[in-house]
Amino acid sequence: MAKNIHIDVHHVTRVEGHGNIVVNVTNGAVETCEWRVPEAPRFFEAMVRGRHYTEVARIVSRICGICSVGHSLASVKATEDALGIPVSEQAKNLRRLAKHAENIDSHVVHVLFLVAPDLLGVPSVFPLVPTHGDVVRRALRLKRFGHEFGSALCGRTTHPTRIVPGGFAELPTIDELKELRRRIDADLMPDLVAILGVVASLADKFPVFNRPTEYIALHSDEEYGLYDGDVQSVLPDGTKQIYKVADYRSCTNEYVDPRSTAKYARNKLASYLVGALARFNNNYDQLHPEARKLADGLGLKGLCFNPYLNSAVQVVEIVHSVQESIRILDELIADGIREEEPGKPTKFGAGSSAVEVPRGILFHHYDYDQNFMCLGGDCIIPTNQNHANIQRDFEKLVPEMLAANKDEKQMELGLEMLVRAYDPCISCSTHYLDVRFVR
Amino acid sequence: MKKVKVAFFDFTSCEGCQIELTNLGETVFMGLLDHIEFVEFREAMSERATAIDIAFIEGSFSRESDRKRLEDIRRRAAVVVAYGSCAAIGGINALKNHQSDYGEFVYGPAARMPHLASEAVKPIADIIKVDYTIYGCPVSKAEFVRVVSDLLHGKTPTIPNYAVCVECKMRETVCRYAVGDHCLGVVARAGCGAPCPADGVPCEACRGFIDDPNLPSLEKGLREKGGLPADRAATKTRMWTAIYRSEA
Repeated sequence: MAKNIHIDVHHVTRVEGHGNIVVNVTNGAVETCEWRVPEAPRFFEAMVRGRHYTEVARIVSRICGICSVGHSLASVKATEDALGIPVSEQAKNLRRLAKHAENIDSHVVHVLFLVAPDLLGVPSVFPLVPTHGDVVRRALRLKRFGHEFGSALCGRTTHPTRIVPGGFAELPTIDELKELRRRIDADLMPDLVAILGVVASLADKFPVFNRPTEYIALHSDEEYGLYDGDVQSVLPDGTKQIYKVADYRSCTNEYVDPRSTAKYARNKLASYLVGALARFNNNYDQLHPEARKLADGLGLKGLCFNPYLNSAVQVVEIVHSVQESIRILDELIADGIREEEPGKPTKFGAGSSAVEVPRGILFHHYDYDQNFMCLGGDCIIPTNQNHANIQRDFEKLVPEMLAANKDEKQMELGLEMLVRAYDPCISCSTHYLDVRFVR
Repeated sequence: MKKVKVAFFDFTSCEGCQIELTNLGETVFMGLLDHIEFVEFREAMSERATAIDIAFIEGSFSRESDRKRLEDIRRRAAVVVAYGSCAAIGGINALKNHQSDYGEFVYGPAARMPHLASEAVKPIADIIKVDYTIYGCPVSKAEFVRVVSDLLHGKTPTIPNYAVCVECKMRETVCRYAVGDHCLGVVARAGCGAPCPADGVPCEACRGFIDDPNLPSLEKGLREKGGLPADRAATKTRMWTAIYRSEA
C-alpha cells in the first residue's frame, strides 16, 4: 500500500545526550531514513595534552556522568600500560568489584527508568508513581544501592575520587565491605527478586526484529569479560576472532559521517554492535549459572540477533554482577584489606586499554613524555561504535514496519525504542578522533 | 497547594549532575515529588512543558547554535538555575579555551565541517540571565535539595564563599601539603564537604574559586610547598577554573 510517512524526532528523549531520527516515506518509497547525532563536540583528547598523568583520569571521567567509573578505569589502565605502573592483585579485585557495581547501577537506570515506560505504554517513569508506586520505589532503592555500593569502593559513582593510576588513593575498610555484603542479602535481594518478576511479566512486550550483525566485546579466559581481557569479535555464523588491545584500531576503523558529531566504526561487516548483547553473544558460557537460568527463562540464548533485547540481557547481567559481587566480597573479607600505596611509573611512552562499560567496550590510549606529561589521548566510546549499527537497523526496520502497515506514531515509537535499547550515551560519543601524536 | 513545575535541560556536559538526581534514593526523591512536579526532563521523560517555575540547566555554552534553545528556556522559565560547574563556570569544557587546534587534533581535516563547530566555552550566565547557581562537578546532592527547599520557601539560597580548607579542618582531614602533595583547596569554593582530600587526592577546585582568590600566592604555594615544577604550578588552575584565568 502506498503511503506517506514523515518522522522528525528532534532530541530523542530518555537517552543520555542528543540524537535525532528523520524518516521520510513518499508513496511507500523510503526517501530518508537517518539516525543523526548533533551533540555538541567536546574535544577531551585534545584537552588532556599537557596534563600530568595523575590528573588525566579525573579529566576524562567527565566524558560521561553515567559510566564515569568505567572511564576512570579505562584511563588509569591505559596510563599504567604506558608508564609501566604496577597494580596489586587486591587493587585489581577491588576494580573488578567496582565494575560489577557500575553495571548494576547503570543497568537499573536504563531498564527501569528509561525503557520500562515504553513497555508499560507511558511517556516517563513519573506517571508510574501513582499506578506502579511499589515498583518505582523498588527501582529507586536499587539505584541508590548501586550508587552506595560504587561509592564505598570509588568514593563517588559520578566522577570517582579514589581511582588513581597504580591502584586506589583510599581503600574501603573491612567493616564497610562486610556491611555491603550484609546489605546485598538484606536490602538488594528482596527488591531484585521482585523486579525480576516484573521484568518476566513484560518480556513479551519487546518488539520482534532480527538483524544479524558483528558483535564485539572484551573476552577473558578467566571470567565474563568486564575489567580486563582481549578484544573478541563474533560473526552471525559463530566465527570468532581475537584482537590484542594494543591493536584496537584495527577493529574499530573509525570514520567521519556528516550526519554525526560522533565518529562511526566498522570492522568485518558494514557495522558492529557493542554492549550487553555483544558481551552475551561472545561470552554466554561464562555467565554465572543464576544469570544463565534467568536468560533461559526470558527465552534468551546466544546468538541473539534482536537489538531490542539488549535491555533484557542487561537484566541477565545484573544477576551475574550481583552473584560475582558476592563471590569477590567474600574473598576480600576472608583475605582482609592490606593498606598499600598506589604503584609509581617505571617508564614512559604510549599505552592502551579496553574495559567493558555498561554500554559496551571502551578503549583509551595515551602517550606520555619523560616527565609523565600527556601528549595526547584517544578514547573510543561504545555508543560511538554503535551509531553505524543503529543506522543499519533503521534501514532494515523501516521497510519492515511499512510492510506490516504500521502508522506514523507506531513507527516513531518503534524507532525511538530501538535507539533506547542501545542505551546510548551520546554526549560521551562525540569527540573522537584521528589523533596525531606530537612528539 | 499547587506543585512547583520543575524542568531540567542539558547543554555541553556529561549529564552527570542529572544522574545525581537518581542517586537521591527513595525517601528524598519521593519526598521531593510531594512538592515539585517534573514537567520537562529529556533524559528521563518524553513530556514537554510550556510554562516552568524553576529551570535547572546543566552544561556549558560552546556553540552559537545553542543560543536560541537557551533563550527559549529563559522565556518559558520564571527562575533559571545554573546547575553544576559546566553551566556555572564553564567547568572542565573550558580546559580547551587556551588551545586553538583542538578541532583538528580530534577530528582531523573534517573539523571544518559545520556540524563540528565549537568555540571558547562560556558559562550560561554569559548568554542568558541566571537567577541562582549551584556549583560542583558533580553537584552536591545535599546542596541541590537545600536550594530547592529554599526556593520553595521563598528564601534566597546561600552558597558558601569560603575555602575548601575550612571543610577539611571541620572533618579533620590531614592536609595534602602535609603528606607531600599539592592542593587547590586554599582558594577553592567550599560546599562540597571536601571529599577529595579525604579520599587521598588533591582538591582541583571543581566548584570554582572563592571571590577574589589570591592566584599569585596559590601558584607560589604550589611550587614551594607542593613541589610542582614551575610549568605545572602555572597551569594547574586550567582544569576546572580556566574561566578565572581570563582564558574564556
